[in-house]
Amino acid sequence: MHMADALVSPAVGGAMWAVTGGLIACSARKLNAELDDRRVPLMGVLGAFIFAAQMVNFAIPMTGSSGHIGGGMILSILLGPWAAFVTIASVVTVQALFFADGGLLALGCNIFNMGFFPCFVAYPLIYRKIAGDRPTPTRILAGSVASVVVGLQLGAFGVVLETAGSGVSELPFTAFVLLMQPIHLAIGLAEGLITSAVVNSVRKARPEVLEAALAAGPAGASFSIRRLVVGLGAATILTAGVLSWFASAAPDGLEWSMARTAGAEELATPHNAIHAAAGHVQALTAFLPDYDFRNPQTKADGPAPAVNAATSAAGLIGAAMTLGLVAALGLALKTRRAGSDVAGP
Amino acid sequence: MPNIESALLDLGGLDVLARRPTPIQRLDPRAKVLVALAFIVTVVSFGKYEVAGLLPLVAYPVALVIVGDLPAGYLLGKLLVASPFALLIGMFNPLLDQSILMEVGPARVSGGWISFASIMLRFGLTVSAALILIATTGFYPVCLALRRLHVPRVLTVQFMLLYRYVFVLGEEAARMARAWSLRAVNARGMPPSVFGSLVGQLLLRALDRAQRLHMAMLARGFDGEIRQAGALRFTGADAVFALGWTAFFIVARCYNLPHLMGGAVMP
Repeated sequence: MHMADALVSPAVGGAMWAVTGGLIACSARKLNAELDDRRVPLMGVLGAFIFAAQMVNFAIPMTGSSGHIGGGMILSILLGPWAAFVTIASVVTVQALFFADGGLLALGCNIFNMGFFPCFVAYPLIYRKIAGDRPTPTRILAGSVASVVVGLQLGAFGVVLETAGSGVSELPFTAFVLLMQPIHLAIGLAEGLITSAVVNSVRKARPEVLEAALAAGPAGASFSIRRLVVGLGAATILTAGVLSWFASAAPDGLEWSMARTAGAEELATPHNAIHAAAGHVQALTAFLPDYDFRNPQTKADGPAPAVNAATSAAGLIGAAMTLGLVAALGLALKTRRAGSDVAGP
Repeated sequence: MPNIESALLDLGGLDVLARRPTPIQRLDPRAKVLVALAFIVTVVSFGKYEVAGLLPLVAYPVALVIVGDLPAGYLLGKLLVASPFALLIGMFNPLLDQSILMEVGPARVSGGWISFASIMLRFGLTVSAALILIATTGFYPVCLALRRLHVPRVLTVQFMLLYRYVFVLGEEAARMARAWSLRAVNARGMPPSVFGSLVGQLLLRALDRAQRLHMAMLARGFDGEIRQAGALRFTGADAVFALGWTAFFIVARCYNLPHLMGGAVMP
């Protein structure tokens, strides 16, 4: 579920950085106010625990494939939403930096998708409501499954929205939704069961841990107002981000003048999917150099990117020259380093 | 399950590279963090059909890998392992966008293939920038730099503790998984029921460890706040590094250098 930098536009990535940064600042203030110094090592070690648990794969029954847990809900149940959000942020960041899972620009999106929905939506609104203040194993099971499924569905939908909003992928919105949601339903069910198994095993062996988390976590009315404020703030920034996407999706001067081989910002419609699947219609369009014909309304104000052999050739020659220059730079640096290594002690 | 051990080795391996004595590793971590961010923003700000314009930016990872004495094959391997998601989503572009954008002799190249190439090129550039940042700087110095750049202390301390205990708990998880696999000879993968109790056990050990850690911290005068020591000095070399690369990124973003060069040599 990690989005990659390459598929995120700066507007979407930047807006999600702003939202996530705001949530982290909020959580940090909240945690500083609580003055519970046990929380510092607990968060660190539990973050490492999630990381370690993600390295252990389990077999998904009847499929022959294997999966690993996400762990957002386990953290929320053990730490409360604020500390859990910061912990998830740290896990996702380390994954981005060390394993190239997702990228730095997409980090805001990834933390939001994997942290916000489980911690601030599914945990308080679903898990706490079902599990209650005196959780029994059955309540924990029901609460875990329901909250993990909802959290993952929302997260997966977030991925779809952010990808569609970025406009880099041609994948039609509906097709992407149909791809993502069912897969994450299955993953959510498995993860929900495992979450409840883990939480129940803690409850059996160390009931005081869960009680401490319940006491430390936000309870009832005092929380909901703050959460609402956070949620609204996030929604506002999100809207601003989406608006800025609209602004930048409308072909602006920079984008169009920069790209000599610019193309249409094609609106991905189901029509296109059918079009592609049908396959033979493509043969027709290939004979029409003015491919705008296919999609006349989508780019009224962009210059028609002519298929110009001279431009293409210049681009290819220039690209080859650029790569040659980069290679020359690399060689020069390499010989220089080799020289200094010899000269060194 | 040897993959846990190899994942841990992998995690530590990147950090070890940062100890090589080269000019890049000696730079202030703040300069490297800021340049890496500027690089990533520059790369993703290009239009979706841009391939040629991105090529000059390849100079940044190439220069850092060579001057920083980093193993290029190792970093490329990490790139490949991370590529399936971008590949999977990008793959649809050639299928769905078949408008012809370029002609190379008799061959016609569709917009989908160009945008797919652009996605993969961007993927390679941005991911390598993140890996190179850690491999030239090390994780703790990056945390220190983030703290100096006003990232909340709760988060930077969390990064450091997480990174410290990933190895401890990762090895614990690897031992447990190995113990299970030695006793389950014919099992094909761990059944979820076993996984649940194994992870529950790991969690209990983690909680114990957190408690011991807290007591050890209290014994050493912990008052609820971790102070990050380490003096950073932003020198002239750091400024030259940061400003030089940023200027290059801006030039590469504003002028399509390959087109200019190609246009110059074409009659």
